[in-house]
Amino acid sequence: MAQPVSGDSAGQQPNPGAGHGATTPEAPTRRGTELVMLAFAALLVTGALMLVEANQEQQLTARIVYYGLAYLALFAVAHVAVRRFAPYADPLILPCVALLNGLGLVMIYRLDLAYDERAIQTGRDIEDAVPKQIMWTALALVLFLVVLTVVKDHRTLTKYGYTFGLVGLGLLALPAVLPAEFSEVNGAKVWVRLGSLSIQPGEFAKILLMVFFASFLVAKRDLFMAAGRRVLGIDLPRARDLGPILVAWAVSIAVLVAEKDLGSSLLFFGIVLVMLYVATERAVWVVAGLTLFAGGAFVAWSLFDHVRTRVDVWLDPFADYEHGGFQIAQGLFGFATGGVGGTGLGAGRPDVVPYANSDFITAAIGEELGFIGLAALLLVYTVLAMRGMRSALAVRDTFGKLLGGGLSFALIMQVFVVVGGVTKLIPLTGITAPFMSAGGSSLLANYILVALLLRISDAARRPTSSGGSKPRVAPKTPIAEAHTVMVERPS
Amino acid sequence: MNTPLRRVSLAMLAMIVLLLANATYIQVVEADSYRTDPRNQRVLFEEYSRQRGQILSQFGGYIIANVEETNNRLRFLRKYTDGPMYAPVTGYYSVRYGAGGLERAEDSVLNGSDDRLFVRRLSDLITGRDPRGGNVEVTVHPKAQEAAYKAMTAKGHTGSVVALKPQTGEILAMVSTPSYDPSRLAAHNADAQQESWNELIKDKGEPMANRAISRTYPPGSTFKLVVAAAALEAGETKDTQLTAAREIKLPKTNTTLENFNNNPCGGGSTASLETAVRLSCNTAFAELAGKVGTQKLTEQAAKFGIGQTDLQIPMRVAASGLGPIADEAALYQTGIGQRDVALTPLQDAVVAATIANGGVRMLPQLVKSIKAPDLEEISGFDPDEVERAMSRSNAEALRDMMIKSEENTQGDGKRSDLTIASKTGTAEHGNDPKRTPPHAWYVAFAPADKPEIAVAVLVENGGDRGLAATGGKVAAGIGRATMNAYLGGR
Repeated sequence: MAQPVSGDSAGQQPNPGAGHGATTPEAPTRRGTELVMLAFAALLVTGALMLVEANQEQQLTARIVYYGLAYLALFAVAHVAVRRFAPYADPLILPCVALLNGLGLVMIYRLDLAYDERAIQTGRDIEDAVPKQIMWTALALVLFLVVLTVVKDHRTLTKYGYTFGLVGLGLLALPAVLPAEFSEVNGAKVWVRLGSLSIQPGEFAKILLMVFFASFLVAKRDLFMAAGRRVLGIDLPRARDLGPILVAWAVSIAVLVAEKDLGSSLLFFGIVLVMLYVATERAVWVVAGLTLFAGGAFVAWSLFDHVRTRVDVWLDPFADYEHGGFQIAQGLFGFATGGVGGTGLGAGRPDVVPYANSDFITAAIGEELGFIGLAALLLVYTVLAMRGMRSALAVRDTFGKLLGGGLSFALIMQVFVVVGGVTKLIPLTGITAPFMSAGGSSLLANYILVALLLRISDAARRPTSSGGSKPRVAPKTPIAEAHTVMVERPS
Repeated sequence: MNTPLRRVSLAMLAMIVLLLANATYIQVVEADSYRTDPRNQRVLFEEYSRQRGQILSQFGGYIIANVEETNNRLRFLRKYTDGPMYAPVTGYYSVRYGAGGLERAEDSVLNGSDDRLFVRRLSDLITGRDPRGGNVEVTVHPKAQEAAYKAMTAKGHTGSVVALKPQTGEILAMVSTPSYDPSRLAAHNADAQQESWNELIKDKGEPMANRAISRTYPPGSTFKLVVAAAALEAGETKDTQLTAAREIKLPKTNTTLENFNNNPCGGGSTASLETAVRLSCNTAFAELAGKVGTQKLTEQAAKFGIGQTDLQIPMRVAASGLGPIADEAALYQTGIGQRDVALTPLQDAVVAATIANGGVRMLPQLVKSIKAPDLEEISGFDPDEVERAMSRSNAEALRDMMIKSEENTQGDGKRSDLTIASKTGTAEHGNDPKRTPPHAWYVAFAPADKPEIAVAVLVENGGDRGLAATGGKVAAGIGRATMNAYLGGR
């Protein structure tokens, strides 16, 4: 069958129907599947909560009912919204998100119990994190709803590409410009603080910039392919075609480095690299990007003390155990104590790891649910990202493909950076685990990301309504339902 | 555009596979070494939720370390009675900093994981009782320990007292000053714990050092007992005549070695071995060491335990040694316990106890028995005879010389009804020995005819007497107080 790619021509309004003349049979919306899977996620999360209560409090209190109902109500609303505004959306994305978010809430609650205990010992007041996180979850779902309703068609976003790019850069630079008292927390100058509320504008900037990159790359795609010079057998695009993106990229990386937010720099670098590669289909971008990365990493290592410290701690966390290495060493002890099966939810000591409920929440999972739980968690992330990727493959317009691919990759990249950092695979750079870590900005931003993915997957699976003029062999199943290997490459 | 998307998907899968492989490495392959790392507090947390056993004295079941039930998650708080007094015996037990001393050496018993407690653990499991740790009964005699500690701290001395039961090797007292209260490190409040720890390790007085077993010092004249034993074993007698000169030249050097205060050794031109012990003559003992020779002296020292590197009581004891004896000059100096001779206070107590025990050296031991949580004995005490260091008659001859030495020794605590056999030491050390206050030593046992306790006292840097310090003036009174407390207080 033909590759259903259309709207290749830059700058034009792509027509989703072009090339797809035939009416596909009425595709199932599969909203029922989504509801069943959501109920399953709710079951798992409530079960996890019960385990925590049983192990921590040695009794089951009414609080479980309160938290469980709050959780169910929130995602029931999300489900209804998807049913109404994106009926053909992928049925697994929302349940995966719900499960991750729910487990995150359980873990944060579990750590609250441990911190409360410690607060009694030290006589200090500690604010519980879970009520705040539930508030953030509710807010994130509202934002999710807003994105789903406002963005009726993801392609309309291309119209605002440059605007988004500028706003994104502005948001990214905001904490760097603001005085430290409004923007610095724990040495990272990435916050905007308004009273008790702290926001990391960079998290939102990432999404906006991805939209910008996708729309820009789609618009200039043909120029990249055609108008370049050939050097050493490689087609290089003209500088003026690539200029804006390189500038935006360099500026955003510079801002992130200036804000000492290494994790976000790494994340951002990877995402842009992948989007460039997908847009141009030239592996040389990957090679060039990795070379640049290696060079940049070396420069950062030789220039900045904090980068050197991170690398030293990564190489041997036990060398400077009392200071730099304590957190990662305790994380590793936690993983090892958990072993294959884990200590059981609520039965371990994940609270001895600093920041256990944000950056190190996966270490808490690894300790209490063991390798099995951690692997399951990673697979949930994989399923989520792969469903997004499949939607990107199936969607008919290049902008959707590029944005969908970029968003899906962004998810896995976040997981890789944070879990890799916590398990000493790569230097620890301190970013949050999507949907799980305590912290509002990351949660809000990732819900926007998922809303966009759902929108793209809805477009991918939505049957084309208009009758075509050209006879065409209709696929037996919508492309998003088909197995990936059945799709042939364009020849 | 789908080809690169598919390749990116593969890359994403590869990233997840990498994470899984790395997690396998940490959680399965390397898990054991990480889990058992002493800095992994989780192991301690688990122990804390089990009731840790007591440390108690064999005399009257006096409780030295116990637990108190708390209402926080660590459930049991370690409590020490007279913490600083018994710190060298107990060691410490801390959530953050692990365990030290006996708490560490007998950890498996105290935390209940020892194999000898297995059957009881099993029955606890079946009967649904919380498993508890076993108890460790120590050999320490509370009155002797208290007397030694109070005598040391009364004048603010830095140093150590060790008392042994000569016939069995049981450690009756083990004091190290300045000391610390291990209860502070056992606090459940993490900040208080950290504060105490930092304060203790930064303290110039090194309160956490167990000077009795982990530090070595030049023994000075107390080492003359070892030289005398070697000479007696080589066939000399108490009447063997030695030089009485005020000072002699070390062989093949221009260095002189003189007696204390440049005194002659008695009235004649020569002095007997007995006189040389009584007056602690350096010239006579330097010459005697030369006469005995390096080999015999080293062998005799080894028979007393000097040079043993793997002694555990059950805490590891630092090795005492003679150092390299390169030439005759070094041998002369070694003969008066200077040069490179270095003994732990425990080792010096073993020398005294061996002489007291008729020449047979017993292994020093701190643990009297291991008891189940219900105080039923699981493993008892077994006196361990190491070897005969000298013949009974030679030991008795040496004892008689030590009685004469005691008669010639100053200091408090003398009792008319108690015959003590002793030897003092005033050991020079440092880069400028004449201007550095000497270490004051006193080793003794009593009653001389039927010894029940042997002691070694070390006071670093002259105690409160500075350059004027001698073993007699500074250390003897402390040793006598310890022995009196033990002998009078039963």
